[in-house]
Amino acid sequence: MFQVRIHGRGGQGVVTGAEMLSVAAFIEGRHAQAFPSFGSERMGAPVIAFCRIADREIRLREPVQDPDCLVLQDPTLLKVMDVFSGLRENGFLLVNTNKTFDDLHLGAIVEKLPAGHAVIVPATDLALKHVKRAAPNAALLGAFAALTGLVHFDSVKRAIAETFPGRIGEANIAAAQDAYDLVMAQERATAA
Amino acid sequence: MTDVQMTDVPALAPDEAQQKLKFYQKGTFTVGNRLISEGERSVQASQARSNALTSGHRACQGCGEALGARYAIDAAMRASGNDLIAVNATGCLEVFTTPYPETSWQLPWLHSLFGNAAAVATGVAAAMRVKGKKTRVIAQGGDGGTTDIGFQCLSGMFERNDDVLYICYDNEGYMNTGVQRSSATPPAARTATTPALGPEPGNVFGTGKFVPKIAVAHNIPYVATATVADLHDLERKVVKAMAIHGARYIQINVPCPLGWGAPSCDTIKLARFAVECGLYPIFEAEHGRVTHARKIRKQIPVREYLKLQKRYAHLFRGGVDDPRVARIQAICDAHIAEYGLLGDDEEV
Amino acid sequence: MLKQIEGSHAMAEAIALCRPEVICAYPITPQTHIVEGLGELVKSGELENCEFINVESEFAALSVAIGASAAGARAYTATASQGLLFMAEAVYNAAGLGLPIVMTLGNRAIGAPINIWNDHSDAMSMRDAGWIQLFAETNQEAVDLHILAFRLAEELSMPVMVCVDGFILTHAFERIDIPEQAQVDAFLPPYDPVQVLDPENPASIGAMVGPEAFTEVRFLAHYKQRQALRLIPAFSAELGKIFGRATGGLLRTYRIEDAETVVVAMGSICGTIKDTVDEMREDGVKIGVVCLVSFRPFPVEALGEVLAEAKDVVVVEKSIAVGVGGALADNIEGALRNLEKRPRLHSAIAGLGGRPIPRDSLRRLFETAVTDPWEGPHFLDLNDRVVGREIHRVRKVRRSGSTAENILRQLALTSQLPQD
Repeated sequence: MFQVRIHGRGGQGVVTGAEMLSVAAFIEGRHAQAFPSFGSERMGAPVIAFCRIADREIRLREPVQDPDCLVLQDPTLLKVMDVFSGLRENGFLLVNTNKTFDDLHLGAIVEKLPAGHAVIVPATDLALKHVKRAAPNAALLGAFAALTGLVHFDSVKRAIAETFPGRIGEANIAAAQDAYDLVMAQERATAA
Repeated sequence: MTDVQMTDVPALAPDEAQQKLKFYQKGTFTVGNRLISEGERSVQASQARSNALTSGHRACQGCGEALGARYAIDAAMRASGNDLIAVNATGCLEVFTTPYPETSWQLPWLHSLFGNAAAVATGVAAAMRVKGKKTRVIAQGGDGGTTDIGFQCLSGMFERNDDVLYICYDNEGYMNTGVQRSSATPPAARTATTPALGPEPGNVFGTGKFVPKIAVAHNIPYVATATVADLHDLERKVVKAMAIHGARYIQINVPCPLGWGAPSCDTIKLARFAVECGLYPIFEAEHGRVTHARKIRKQIPVREYLKLQKRYAHLFRGGVDDPRVARIQAICDAHIAEYGLLGDDEEV
Repeated sequence: MLKQIEGSHAMAEAIALCRPEVICAYPITPQTHIVEGLGELVKSGELENCEFINVESEFAALSVAIGASAAGARAYTATASQGLLFMAEAVYNAAGLGLPIVMTLGNRAIGAPINIWNDHSDAMSMRDAGWIQLFAETNQEAVDLHILAFRLAEELSMPVMVCVDGFILTHAFERIDIPEQAQVDAFLPPYDPVQVLDPENPASIGAMVGPEAFTEVRFLAHYKQRQALRLIPAFSAELGKIFGRATGGLLRTYRIEDAETVVVAMGSICGTIKDTVDEMREDGVKIGVVCLVSFRPFPVEALGEVLAEAKDVVVVEKSIAVGVGGALADNIEGALRNLEKRPRLHSAIAGLGGRPIPRDSLRRLFETAVTDPWEGPHFLDLNDRVVGREIHRVRKVRRSGSTAENILRQLALTSQLPQD
């Protein structure tokens, strides 16, 4: 079972991001469970969403405490909570920022992870460019597919299209494509 | 003890029973006016009336509510071609009409709770709509079940403009539970929870609400007040309401001999006085606008109305009128001014 | 059809397949998405011949359903927590009137302190109301149970509450098999009420019943609900056959053969418990779990059968009957009473107000039950420091005041202190 935890803020599409990821896994015939950190959060409040992906029925209902992948949609949360709590040693880290890991003082954490397991992607910038809205979730899914290889990017595109039909979906897919390409380039650079 | 009494009284065979005499209401001409033309006759005068609330119920003698309900429901039955369902709030009407295991209702009748008659009626109306039936729905309750505990459901039903005629039998208190104050209890009236004690005996001035006005404020298609003192007017209003679809509200002033402390034979007189002094304005409103007010025929001072009832006895102690009588008269005068209750009735 | 959708949405689709004729909607977290979904289906015309009524309160929601059901329409509503309490009077009334209303309960805690998260306090508050209460373990089961519920309700003239863990199930996106309309139609015939408000055949419904017959009415309500003990397995089997999957039933067992410790629980926590059982089984612990689906009627005989061989029974429940302990544990106790080799019963209260129930805590609980059994109810993952401090404080004063407010004040106080 692969467990993902997404940290973001209300209004950034955190929950939808987890749901779209589960749909992408479902499209590939796998079992997936997406659920939010249940709360009465308003716009801007810290929000956590989870996604589990497995090849058999997922019965577990506890929140994801030891994620295989951590998605940080909003680095301002670093000052609010211990977002890295329980992140597995061989886990993945995906951060939405136009800064560097060092700018965010995350060098130590990145170093602990295997090479190529931590990437940054300016998902909000990509969303603003394509979707004209600061909703980085779709772009981050593209980056997730590139980073983990857990779901195929085609499945991600289909999941986005199912969630957002029409032009909004196309714009989100364009953002996801850019993010996917960016991360793939980073991964290739790391591998080289 | 009870056992002994029970066994001491031999059960009468049906043919020996004392009550061989039946107060037939159907098929008689004792009610209504057969001297006027067919069209003007009341529903009750017709041999074809449904007698929806039939004899044998357990209301007190002179019960204004029983009278009002019979006229109202029979009129609604005629208007709907007997295709009618009634929902009843908990209260006197519910209790006295359905003593276990009997019922006085000759139409489909549902009692659920004290505070939900309007919502239950909404449900019945929804079921009729979804089933494609033309069956009409009325809800009925006393003032407690309407203006107090059922008020939220009532307002919801109004606001959604559900196809329900809600009839409130207003006897100005919780009579079923032993005469307690409701939000329809008039000022100075003595009830079990507003005793005639202390510096402000009886119900407090400046409290209570007049739900017909609130109903009007919902902009529903039809609102009316009526009285058992004018049964033709009552029937007319019910028939008129039944010709309209959407939320409708009729509040009928129904004196309660027990709760008001008056002889059973004075019910109609009390109802008439309540109207003639201006305390109980009788009017109609359509879509948020008052369209007609029933004029006072022979104005009386409110004092004459109050004096007939023990619930106001404390206002007349020692042969001197309490200053509160004047305050109630002021309320009557305000009603007369607000609704234009004096003068000629242009419609009559 | 397999879909990856939100639990609430799946339930809305399943309810729509049951062809409800009147739906009453009033928002309360976490059930709201269900009625929203149904509202969409009605407004878009996908669900035809259905009245969707936005009412002004939960009390009205169930009251409208009562009127609709008594007038012969298939009626549905949903609520949670405070909403269930607000409609409490109508909850009893619907059962007393014998109306086959189906209601989803998105299980949520009851305040004060106000709490929107999941536990079973709401369902437990109405356990004696005369409704059948079924608990869903998964969203798939939630879908199936709603279809079962309408059939059961209409067969018995008795309302059915389908209890679904708020957020944990209602807000979870999962793979759910939504049945075809024809499959549901094959299982659920159109509603044919026994008694109905009909001008052609007028009846008075809801009249007063005095001491001369009230006992008999209540006896028969009890007798009638016990009929569901036979009908639930029968209908579940029939439904399972149509859908090609096992579903419903009074209870389900998991790895209880040769189990010395058997856990009993209701709702979504059963999934986490199953995973915990698997882990412990791998380490050679003889443990299994019984997932109770039907809480009302309470399947005493069926429980006796599956628990007869256990040495230890651990009841994990998401509610606390203050002043007594676990209501479910109490009921299980009754099921164990007449067993020849009566197992030891251990009562655990877990997941109150949305507290996560992790596997490691459960494992510790199940192990401790055997090695170091406790008296009375055990509160899983209780923060001893918070509780200890408050008890210590209370001992020093004559009148202690509100617990919730005191704890909040203390937490605020300690959060300002430098951490040691």
